[in-house]
Amino acid sequence: MSNTVGMKKDSAAKIMTSIKSSSLSILRIIREQHIWVFLFICMVVFSLASPYFFTLNNIGNVLTQGSFIGFLAVGMTLVMLNGEIDLSVGATLALSSALAIGLQESIGIWPAILVALLSGAFFGFINGALVALSGIHSFIITLGSLMGIRGIVFIFTGEEALMTSDYSYTEYPEIYIGPVSLTAMIFFGFALFFQWILSKTRHGLETYAVGDNEKSAHEAGIRVRRHKVINFTLCGLLAGVAGVLLSMRLGTAEPNAARIWELWTIIAVVLGGTRLTGGYGSMWKTVGGVITLAALLNGLRLLNTPNYIELIVMGTVLVLALILDKTLTSSQSR
Amino acid sequence: MAILKKASETAKKHGLIGGFAIFLAVVSFSSPEFLTPGNILDVIRQVSITGMIAIGVTFVVITGRLDLSVGSMLTLLTVLVVDQHNQVGPAIAIAYTLFASLLIGIVNGYLIGFMRLNSLIVTLAMLSLLQGATLFYSGGSNVNVTNPQETWFRFFGRSEFVDIPVPVWIFFFSALVGSFVLLKTNFGRWVFSIGGNETASLFSGVQTRGVVLIAYVISGFGTGLAAIIMGSRVMGAQSTIGQGYELTVLSGIILGGTSMLGGSGTIWRTVIGVTMLGFVQNGLLLLGFAYYVQWLVTWAVIILAVWIDLAAKRGRVFV
Repeated sequence: MSNTVGMKKDSAAKIMTSIKSSSLSILRIIREQHIWVFLFICMVVFSLASPYFFTLNNIGNVLTQGSFIGFLAVGMTLVMLNGEIDLSVGATLALSSALAIGLQESIGIWPAILVALLSGAFFGFINGALVALSGIHSFIITLGSLMGIRGIVFIFTGEEALMTSDYSYTEYPEIYIGPVSLTAMIFFGFALFFQWILSKTRHGLETYAVGDNEKSAHEAGIRVRRHKVINFTLCGLLAGVAGVLLSMRLGTAEPNAARIWELWTIIAVVLGGTRLTGGYGSMWKTVGGVITLAALLNGLRLLNTPNYIELIVMGTVLVLALILDKTLTSSQSR
Repeated sequence: MAILKKASETAKKHGLIGGFAIFLAVVSFSSPEFLTPGNILDVIRQVSITGMIAIGVTFVVITGRLDLSVGSMLTLLTVLVVDQHNQVGPAIAIAYTLFASLLIGIVNGYLIGFMRLNSLIVTLAMLSLLQGATLFYSGGSNVNVTNPQETWFRFFGRSEFVDIPVPVWIFFFSALVGSFVLLKTNFGRWVFSIGGNETASLFSGVQTRGVVLIAYVISGFGTGLAAIIMGSRVMGAQSTIGQGYELTVLSGIILGGTSMLGGSGTIWRTVIGVTMLGFVQNGLLLLGFAYYVQWLVTWAVIILAVWIDLAAKRGRVFV
């Protein structure tokens, strides 16, 4: 008799623990992947609010519109995982888009695109080299280059918007698979590639190690400086890619393009859950953040809300995401 | 090595000032109006708005945090003071503006000090929020003071006292008060201790949360005063009037030599940094360069200044 009671108690306890552990694992999933939950809620809300939101065409739109911030965000994630930050991505984007259009006449379309991409990588390299060699925090270095590179854009364009004379240039990214544009496909390709780099290659694993604890990474034999230079260069290159694609989409390049996009980029990356302090995050989360941001902006525009609502919602969402992240992490550590 | 060390020490002590002196000499050689009292006062009057904000932000930076919301805050408060001036008169408009500035400072300070959220992200969010609030308030249209010639509101930005523009006086006295608070009060010492080692100061009984909150309130209040000067100087405001100020302010603070990691810095360094930046920009304009060339020069100047400082501290140029 007592034996069966004991067994019952035992099995009850087992069930309790299994319930507890499954609810814990759900909590853990929410904690680590809350961006997808958030994206889902956004999708549902906007689908209910606007009949145009959840259509194939519009989803394709969201992906294309998000891609431009997306390229910057992929690069920013690499840099942020290192515990650094790059504020100059918006200016780099503007420079590469100005070069891609401005040099077309003199050297032809493809060489101009090549120069534009290289300019992105070059200024990324300069940022990384300055960070690695001087030991100045990347916030200061890239705050400087944010202004400096924008200055170069203004000097190159002479304060005027450049326009392509060859309209076939704007046709290049007009390739679609279903509703997904070439731009979005390139973005997902890069995100996939760098997720693979992060999770499967030595460089990726070292990225986390450097961001987690730079000193011990150095002592473990990782070449921290070279490593950072590579990540900054990649970040610049991705900004260059975004610039070229944006110039193709618009057919023009104006010197003020992508002003304060570095802020939207940081918002997308942080929404995804990557930590500014480095060592924690992934490309998937960033993709989630980018799509959520794009869906939010797109949904608000479909609802015909005035411009300021979008700014206010973004600010509020960002603070809430931060509070949520904080609460979930502290409940984990308790 | 010894020579290098000596050179870097000299560079640290006199490098920035020396470089600045060379710059002043070069510019005044090619542009005789550069170092006239009139132009010098003009430059200081121009930097007084940036400077007022920078004095407040210096407190935040010394605690090891950032305030990127000051540009948007300047926009909102300038629009507020100009618009309210037309509706309820200057005195109440100023009161509203200062009250709003304190309120925004409290919100920033609560989120960062009490909820311990990352200051970069919170003030970034605030930048976006306040920009939205400005558009909501003004509907995106420009506001103008309807009677700019008669109102006594012109005192703050447009008049002079003993031949020196009033904004310069306000800047000067704010710097004095800020310096006094930072160097001579318990609060000032707490600000330094938090920037030096937050955990240690918490364990030694410093109310770190409250001190951080007050630092943000000071930053907000400085921006409020700057908005009043700005509104009075321009007698109008549009929704982009404060755009980019957060970067100029930070550049000035960094140029002055205040560490972004917190724990060190003074108000005077900030004043010098902001003023030097003002002279560099003014000088480049007088030399006939387009306004955007100054951004390029600012880039070089900031990185050189910080690098020289760091190199002298560690005795090596590279890490």
